[in-house]
Amino acid sequence: MYAQLVKSEGLKSREEMSPQEQAFQDRVDNGEKIEPKDWMPEGYRKTLVRQIGQHAHSEIVGQLPEGNWITRAPTLERKAILLAKVQDEAGHGLYLYSAAETLGVSRDELLDKLHSGKMKYSSIFNYPTLNWADIGAVGWLVDGAAIMNQVPLQRTSYGPYSRAMIRICKEESFHQRQGYAIMMKMAQGTPEQKDMAQDALNRFWFPSLMMFGPSDKDSVHSAQSMAWKIKINTNDELRQKFVNETVPQAKYLGLTVPDEKLEWNEEKQGYDFSEPDWSEFFEVIKGNGPCNRERMDARVKAWEDGEWFRDGLNAYADKAANRRKAASVAAE
Amino acid sequence: MSKKEWPLWEVFIRGQHGLNHRHVGSLHAPDAEMAINHARDVYTRRREGVSIWVVPSRDITASSPSEKGPLFDPAESKTYRHPTFFDIPDEVGKM
Repeated sequence: MYAQLVKSEGLKSREEMSPQEQAFQDRVDNGEKIEPKDWMPEGYRKTLVRQIGQHAHSEIVGQLPEGNWITRAPTLERKAILLAKVQDEAGHGLYLYSAAETLGVSRDELLDKLHSGKMKYSSIFNYPTLNWADIGAVGWLVDGAAIMNQVPLQRTSYGPYSRAMIRICKEESFHQRQGYAIMMKMAQGTPEQKDMAQDALNRFWFPSLMMFGPSDKDSVHSAQSMAWKIKINTNDELRQKFVNETVPQAKYLGLTVPDEKLEWNEEKQGYDFSEPDWSEFFEVIKGNGPCNRERMDARVKAWEDGEWFRDGLNAYADKAANRRKAASVAAE
Repeated sequence: MSKKEWPLWEVFIRGQHGLNHRHVGSLHAPDAEMAINHARDVYTRRREGVSIWVVPSRDITASSPSEKGPLFDPAESKTYRHPTFFDIPDEVGKM
C-alpha cells in the first residue's frame, strides 16, 4: 500500500452524528460519489488529504530508486521502457496531487510538508536498488502490491480520488508486467543472473509485505476510514491476497520465496506466511531506513535546483501577459 | 525568491474518434502554452488524444450542489420528452 498508518478520526456511531453527518454517511453507504463542492465532515476531508497526499508523495519518491538505473539499463529498449515507467510515476503523482487540491490544499503546500518531513511516503522506497534484478523485483513486487491496494480504491467514495485511481490502475499493469519480464529474463539466464534475481527477491519480499501496513484488525482509525469508504479492505486481507497471487509467480520463475514458514493452507485456501519484522518497519517509517536521508536529500535538491526554472517561467508568463495587455490598449 | 504558485488549469482532450473534448483532469502551469505542453506529457502518454484544450480553473463557473433541486428537478416530471413515452401500434412499423 502506498499510504501507511494514515491517521483517521475516531469512528462515530449513528447516534453521535449530526443530521448532516448522517445524511453524508447515507450517501456513502448508497455508493454515491462525494464531489469537491459537496458538504463533507471535516475529519473526512482531513483524512483524505493525509491519505491522498501520502499516496502522491510515494509516487514521486518512488521515481528515485528506479531513476537510479535509467543510465545503466542493459539495453536501449530496457532504458526506454524504464524511462517510460518512471515518467508514468510522475504522472501518477500529479493525478493524485490534483485530487488532493480539490480538498483545499495546494500542491506546493503538500510538497513543503514532504520536504520538511511532516508528511510521509511509503516505507518501501527507503530500500536501495543494488543491481538490475532489483528493477525487476520492484516492478513485479512493489508495483504488484500497489495494484493490490489501488484496484479496490477505484471504488472509493471521493470522486476525484476514485477517478485518479482508475487512471492510475489503467497504466499500472504495464509496470508490474515489465518488472516480471525482467525477472523472467534474469531467472532464465546464466546461474549468476538467476542468483541476482533470487537475491533481489530475498531483499524485497518482506519490505513488500510491509507496504500494506501493520495488522489493522484492532484499529479505530481504520474502521472510520472503512465506514467512509476511503479504505476498502483491511491491510491483512490485501497482504494475504498479495501472497496468494505472488507465490505461484515466484514458483514459475524457479525462485524461492525467502520464508521457511510459507505453506499452502487448504482450509483457508491461502498461504500461511511469516509476518515481516515490524520493528524494522517502524524504524524505516521513523526515518532510519537504509535510504531515507538519501531520498529526502534528492527530493529537496531537485525542488531547490528547479526553483530558478519555475520562477523563470513565471516571469516569462507575466511579461507575455503584460505585452498582450499593452498591445490591446494600443489597438483601442 | 518568489513563492508564486503556478496557476491551475483544467484539461480537455479530444479522443481519436471524432468525439467531444472531454474533461480529463487538471494541472499547474505558468501560462497556456506550458499548460498544453504539460497536458501532452501528463494526459496523452498513450495516444489518448488528437486535440487538447486548457482553461484556467479560476475561469470556470460551477453550479453549486445546493442548486441541484431548482436546476434539475423540473426535468423529472417531463417524461414526455422521451420517445418511449408514446405508444405507437406495431402496425405502423418502425418509427
